Order: sequence, then structure tokens, then C-alpha cells
Amino acid sequence: MAKHPTPKLDELESGPWPSFVSDVKQEAANRLENPGKIEHQIPPDCPEDLLGVLELSYKDGETHWKHGGIVGVFGYGGGVIGRYCDQPEQFPAVAQFHTVRVNQPAAKYYNTKYLRALCDLWDKRGSGLTNMHGSTGDIVLLGTQTPQLEEIFFELTHEMDSDLGGSGSNLRTPECCLGTSRCEFSCFDTQDICRELTMAYQDELHRPAFPYKFKFKFDGCPNGCVAAIARADFSLIGTWKDDIRIDQSAVAAYVGGEFPPNAGAHSGRDWGKFDLQKEVVERCPSRCMAYDGAKLRIDNRECTRCMHCINVMPRALRIGLESGASVFVGAKAPVLDGAQMGSLLLPFVEVKPPYTEVKEIIEKIWDWWMEEGKNRERLGETIRRLSFQRLLDVVGLSPQAVHVREPRHNPYMFFKEEEVPGGFERDLQAHRARHKR
Amino acid sequence: MVFSSSGYNPEKPMENRISDIGPRDFEEFYPPVIARNKGKWLYHEILEPGLLVHVAESGEKVYTLRCGASRLMSVTHIREICDIADKYCDGHVRFTTRNNIEFMTDSEEKAKAMKADLAGRKFSGGSSKFPAGGTGAGISNIVHTQGWVHCHTPATDASGPVKAIMDEVFAEFGQMRLPAHLRISLACCINMCGAVHCSDIGLVGVHRKPPAVDHEWTGQLCEIPLAVAACPTGAVRPAKVEVNGGQVKSVAINKDRCMYCGNCFTMCPALPISDGVGDGIAVMVGGKVSNRIGTPQFSKVVVAYIPNEPPRWPTVTATVKKIVDAYAAHAKKYERIGEWIARIGWERFFSLTGLEFTHHLIDDFREPAYYTWRQTTQFKF
Repeated sequence: MAKHPTPKLDELESGPWPSFVSDVKQEAANRLENPGKIEHQIPPDCPEDLLGVLELSYKDGETHWKHGGIVGVFGYGGGVIGRYCDQPEQFPAVAQFHTVRVNQPAAKYYNTKYLRALCDLWDKRGSGLTNMHGSTGDIVLLGTQTPQLEEIFFELTHEMDSDLGGSGSNLRTPECCLGTSRCEFSCFDTQDICRELTMAYQDELHRPAFPYKFKFKFDGCPNGCVAAIARADFSLIGTWKDDIRIDQSAVAAYVGGEFPPNAGAHSGRDWGKFDLQKEVVERCPSRCMAYDGAKLRIDNRECTRCMHCINVMPRALRIGLESGASVFVGAKAPVLDGAQMGSLLLPFVEVKPPYTEVKEIIEKIWDWWMEEGKNRERLGETIRRLSFQRLLDVVGLSPQAVHVREPRHNPYMFFKEEEVPGGFERDLQAHRARHKR
Repeated sequence: MVFSSSGYNPEKPMENRISDIGPRDFEEFYPPVIARNKGKWLYHEILEPGLLVHVAESGEKVYTLRCGASRLMSVTHIREICDIADKYCDGHVRFTTRNNIEFMTDSEEKAKAMKADLAGRKFSGGSSKFPAGGTGAGISNIVHTQGWVHCHTPATDASGPVKAIMDEVFAEFGQMRLPAHLRISLACCINMCGAVHCSDIGLVGVHRKPPAVDHEWTGQLCEIPLAVAACPTGAVRPAKVEVNGGQVKSVAINKDRCMYCGNCFTMCPALPISDGVGDGIAVMVGGKVSNRIGTPQFSKVVVAYIPNEPPRWPTVTATVKKIVDAYAAHAKKYERIGEWIARIGWERFFSLTGLEFTHHLIDDFREPAYYTWRQTTQFKF
């Protein structure tokens, strides 16, 4: 018999998609039965109380969680998000229900030994409920109580060789696509730089010293599987400078129908016979391709590396060999002054260990933003307020036409005083000698 | 409950303390076939929905079975994932950015056996535990936020609407028959943790009422200047208010200026913004993050407000279905939703989907608004 009736939530158990309600109920039953004789360190019925409080929200149309409050582990300013229920008498098992963010291994590869250890930890010291994973990429351990926080941190660091992720005004847990580990499109080792920067900036990740949150994300190619260009204050997106590698015999195999176009991605509908001219050449945004029925030619100088042709014919076309990444800055979600897309800062950077060039750029940006940024102002907003030109100066880059989609629409330009002969000082007497008042 | 110590000594917090060690090294977790062929992959192919093969220069292959999952996941479910990974994948598994699970093996036979095995696994209520799919020109898993499960500022739930929507479009998760990839995401408020603002279909929780002011507590719970500074439209100002016969320092809200972002509530818990009647979901379309053919785009608001209708959000799911169906019927191969709309025009999008165009959809927020108005004689009747 369930602790709280949940008639509304029960309706989310039907239908084909995995039901979180069924899963939470299964956890509630397991904790009650406790076949592993776990010494639960927080109330074992917290999954039931979580369903109870959620059912109440489904009735009221409002959340029943309160502001965080300051909880955490000694010496860190992030990684734990305090959470309290606003109906603690009705739902005592979730009266305190703090979240612990655990920094995920890059690209979220695991072995079962690690995952089982994580489950054991969270069975004993938490709710048994998680998010795999949170929006930023962390393993999210959902729901524990304050006295358990140091215990969890101690076990994470001592037994599991793992650490907390970021929260608050600090470096958030960096995230990457799976990169070269299993993708032929990836222009650099996304996981390696993600880990290297995570390790290099542990202090920034755990101890909030920034005006607001700061996110790193690494996409191996312009397909953008981790959405770096939309989400990260600082992102690297893979690209290359030389020519797309062509295997003409494989092109012929696509034309001849021996290879499935799009790696099979469109195979669920009859789109007709693959038409290289129509589907690739005429779809190319820079129109830099030509096909004469025998040979595919690419004018690589005009190519903008959108990935379409490579996505369509992965066995015939491959990214260039002189690969690296473009640097984008300032992406963010709407709060407060509207969403911003990442803006191109550096067209090309080599992404090779020890990543000195990338680190130098990051640190110059941070120094400037920590000095000039207002409280709760994301980097993108600081750039908007103080100008992209200022950012270029800070990083030590010269303005180039690739920095803009188009030049400015208005003539309200700032000139530097040294650009104007004689500077900004005016000689009124000389003016009046030429022009009577 | 008997307290069980991890070894941590609260009397001496620094004793044996380990900190700043970061995450485990990803290389420890690679399946051997991945470790052997990293950086040397030649090409991939989607053999059937949910099943990929990657082929390396060495000739070795890795088969990946991609399965949907609810991102809210119990340890019991994770242990079942581990059992599967132990049985078919030598103890290896990974998760994707979109909360899918990927089981990898170097044997096609094992991959297919695993797929058949997982297809039969159901939760007690009848839903699939491990639906295969999320590949190619279809709908992958919805990325989303915490909602009423665990957040203090949401205007809607996340897990519930996501479940209801994925049930509605489930056929497209397990097939690859759309003109291109279709990515849906949901954020339970306009803070938008996640890339909802650049999705083919983005759903975002919105409030519609200015915050209530708990004058008795504003001065005690909040730094009033921070609450004032938090407002992007200047709708919050300091005010002296009479409470229980005495004057207290509080704030006043200019209701006409407030656009209900809730940022003041984030700074000041005495300004509650949630409201069962006011809150609901806005629908945005046409965004993407990929640079393929067209450039990355923001999603645009096409439905200003749909009330929260727990537990299954029927109007939201019907609206999503309507948009998906119109797109599937009318877009050309390779066109994402935003590229399809760019070709046919927004006036045609509204007529094809039957969505009503309302005054809320004309931008009036700051300077970029002007650039979204129609400034050409070219339009469709």
C-alpha cells in the first residue's frame, strides 16, 4: 500500500515511453523491502514522499520546493544545492532533500563497477534517485540531508576517486561530445581537453569567485552534439583548415546505391533514389561543389565546413587533416537580457596538449570579466555592454571580417584618440578666428 | 537509523581530507574496442533505428544500441543497466547528452540479441524500460530540467510533460522517416537550464502574474538593493510599507513593467512568483544548434501560453503533434523545422499548423525586437 495516493501521477505510468513514476515506485518498493540490508542514512520512504509532494504539485499547479539555503561541504562553495520542502509535516522524509552534483567522466563513459559503487553510495546515504544526467552534464544525486553531505563527499573522494561538480557563480562542470573516441567527424580530442581544463581549473570550479556562472563546452565538429554554441560562455567547436578528403570510388558507390546515403539516417521513408546533384551539390550553402557524373570536385577555399556533404556521404568524404577548433564566446539562455548565441572569437586554434594557447585566452577573458562584470552578469552580457572590440583588445586579437555577420548599420563609431590627428583637444580660439559667434 | 560513518571526522574536518581531484579519467572507462580505435574511426552507419555501427581503420567494428531513458532514474534502474552491460558489453555503458543510454559491443550478434532482450523489458505500469531509437531523421529524447520534482522556480513540471510528449511522438523515436532530425527540449522556467532556446521545438514554462510581495519578510529575507537590481525591466523599486501598524522597508512592483521572469524571486524568496492559474507553457519552434546547411538559430515563440494540465498536458502534446505532423507532411528532405519555415514563411507556418497568431508573438523586448518586424513588400496572402 502506497504511503500517499497518487491518482494523477499514476496516469503517467501508461504509454510506451519509460515512466519515471513507475521507476520511482520501484525504488520505493525496493527500499521498503531492503533486500540488501542497507543501513539507510536518510528516511527510506523518501521516494514515496517525493511522489507525494509531486502529486500535490500536480493538484496545485505549483512547486513545493523552497529556496536553497546555504549547505555544502567544507572548503567548497558549490556542488551541493540545498533544497527544502515547503510542506515538511506532510512529507517529512523529503523535508530536506539536497542535490549533490558529481562531476561526470568526460563524455559519460562508465564501467559497471563504478556505477554500482555509485548506486551503493546513494542507496545508503541518499534517496536512491538520480538524474543521469543533469543539463550541464553532471551526475545528479537527487535528495539527501545535511548531516550526510560530508560523509558523501568523504566516500566520493576516498572510495570512488571522484569529486563534486560546479554550481553557483563558479566554473560549471565542463562538458564535451564523445569526440574522437567513437566519431569520425571529430576534429580534436574533446574528452582530453575537457578533462585537462577541468583539472587545471579545480579552484575555479569549486570556489565561486566569478560574477556569475561560466560554462565550457567542447563540440568535436560543427554538427554540435553538445550544443556548445547555444550554451557555453566559452566553447571550442571542431573545424579544419585544409581540404575535405574525397574517396571518388566511394562517391561512385553512393551514386550507384551500394552505400546507404546519410549513413542510413533517412532510411525510414522512401525519398527516392539518392541524387548527388540535388541532395549534396545544390544543398551546399556556399555552392562550392560540382559533380560531372564521374568526379566530385570541392572548391575548398569557398567551403564553410557545414558538414552536410560529409554527413550525407561519410564513407566518401572526411574532414581535413589540419584540424583544430574555432573559439566561440558568450552564449547563454534567456535570463536576463535575452538568449545569446556564441560569437566567433578566434577562427582557428590548435587543440593539442598542453593546450597553452586555449588556457591563455580563457585566463585573459576571466581577468577582464572578473574586473568588469557586474553581479549576475554572464560573459556574453558583459561583452554586449562593453563591446566586442573591448574583448578583442583584452585577448589581444585584431578585428577581422570573419568576426561579423555584417558590418554595423549605424555611423555611431568610437575612434581612439590616437587615431585622430591632433587628438580630441579642440582650439576654440582658432575656431572662433575662422567662425564668428 | 543508526548513523554510519564514512570515516569523516567532524571534529577534524581537514584530517585525511581529499579535495580538488576532479572526475575519474575517461580512459579508465573505455570499452576495449573504443580504446583500441580512438581517433581512427573511418565511418558509421545506422543499421536500424537505435542500432549504429562504427568502423575503424583497423577493420574493427563497434555496435552501439541506443535506448531512451527517463533522466530521473533510480539506482534500481541503474543496476539493471549494469546487469545488461555486464551481460552483453563486458561491463561498459555510456550516456548521451540527450539522456539516452548507449550499450556498445564489438559483436553484431550480441548487439541484436541485446536489442531483442531489451525490447521485452517493461516497467510495472507497462511502459518500456529501454526503447531503442533516437537515431537519424527522427525525434530523439527530450532534454529537460527539474520542474516540480526538485526546483524552486518552475512554472511547470518537466518529467511529466516530457513523458506525455514522448508517448505522443513515440513512433518518431523508433523510426527515421522525418525530413531531418527533430530535437525537442523543455525548460520549466525561462532560466532555461539546457538549450531549449535553440531547439526545433522548445517548450518553456512561463509565469503570467507579477510576484506577490510578502512585505513582512522582504526586509528580513532579502537584500532589497539586490532584488531591485535583479529586475531587467526596472519594475522593482524600494518602498516603505505599513505592516502591522509599523513602517517596514520593502519593495513595490510596477505591474505594467513586469514580464514575470522571476529573477527577483531568485534574489528574494519573499517575492513568490509561482501561481497555479497564471503559470503554464509557451511553445517555441525553429531553433537548432547544428551548423549543417543553415546556421544555428534561436527558437521563436509560436504559442504564448498553454495552461498546465497535469497529469498528461493534453493541449501541449496535441500542439507538439500538430507541429510535427505539419513539418513531416510539408518539409523537404534535409530541412530542419526552422529551415522549412524560412522557405515557406511564418504566415504559411501558422496557416499550415492552424496555430493562432496573437499579439504576444510580436517582439517588444529591447532593440532586437525591431529586426523581427516585416520590412519588405514580400509576404504571402
